[in-house]
Amino acid sequence: MQNPNDLLTIAGKQYQSRLLVGSGKYRDLAQTREATDAAEAEIITVAIRRVNIGQDPSAPSLLDVLPPDRYTILPNTAGCYTAKDAIYTLQLARELLGGHKLVKLEVLGDEKTLFPHMPETLVAAEALVKDGFDVMVYCSDDPIQAKILEDIGCVAVMPLASLIGSGMGILNPWNLSLIIEQARVPVLVDAGVGTASDAAIAMELGCDGVLMNTAIAGARDPVRMAHAMKLAVRAGREAYLAGRMPRKFAASPSSPMAGRLA
Amino acid sequence: MIDITLNGAPHAVPAGQTLAQLIETLQLQHQSLALAVNRSVVPRQLWPARVLVPQDQVDIVRAIGGG
Repeated sequence: MQNPNDLLTIAGKQYQSRLLVGSGKYRDLAQTREATDAAEAEIITVAIRRVNIGQDPSAPSLLDVLPPDRYTILPNTAGCYTAKDAIYTLQLARELLGGHKLVKLEVLGDEKTLFPHMPETLVAAEALVKDGFDVMVYCSDDPIQAKILEDIGCVAVMPLASLIGSGMGILNPWNLSLIIEQARVPVLVDAGVGTASDAAIAMELGCDGVLMNTAIAGARDPVRMAHAMKLAVRAGREAYLAGRMPRKFAASPSSPMAGRLA
Repeated sequence: MIDITLNGAPHAVPAGQTLAQLIETLQLQHQSLALAVNRSVVPRQLWPARVLVPQDQVDIVRAIGGG
């Protein structure tokens, strides 16, 4: 049972789910929908791409299986390496989604690492915020960059935990903690989660949410992994709110010493 | 006919064709799409009024799966 009062607020809108999912790399649209529902995700990222001219115009489209009146569609700028291309992509996305303002900005540095290109990201974030977008931004796990993005007016900062699609998990929890401690907007781990424990660790650190795609779509059974991720994000969140016991170097018996037979 | 660029590739359309007619010719009128000419977004309600001219660069996009 989810705590109904523990909501995630992004750009003034409240969400029950702290698990955001991508819609890429699935076998087909039916599996995309099934995994999205198993994750109980409310915010779903999509990519914006040129239509293949000449393709079957009656083929079902992504927005038919993930209707924007039911899910919050989060268009991304995946594949953009310049601020200019990212801004253009999101202007088209806004038109496509009928004036929708919430977007995921990612400006990449190179194809090998897909690491964020921070100078271009800052330029794009500034222009998009000025243009009225609510910008959730993929960024390096650098507390100074995160602060600058927050000051620009981004509605959420989303540092990578490890490389996009790598499944390497939470490689620098200390940097994430520094970002979380200072942030006044939601902090979401975006990229790097590989399995349920990674998602739980991110949430235990105090992240407000986790965004993932490959960890679910790349699992042997994506729908089952989507369910696992839902539980992990909830468990990690509850553990964070409960407050973990302090780590100790000495043992401490759980059973009372008094009355023992030894 | 006039030559334009459609989604990055050369494309010929009849002189005087509008964006709305182009979308209909491509049988895309029932799809969720956005359209830009020369990297400037053209809102759907303006598609019938915008006439294509030679060298126009048209981008037609949609949402697909992505992370």
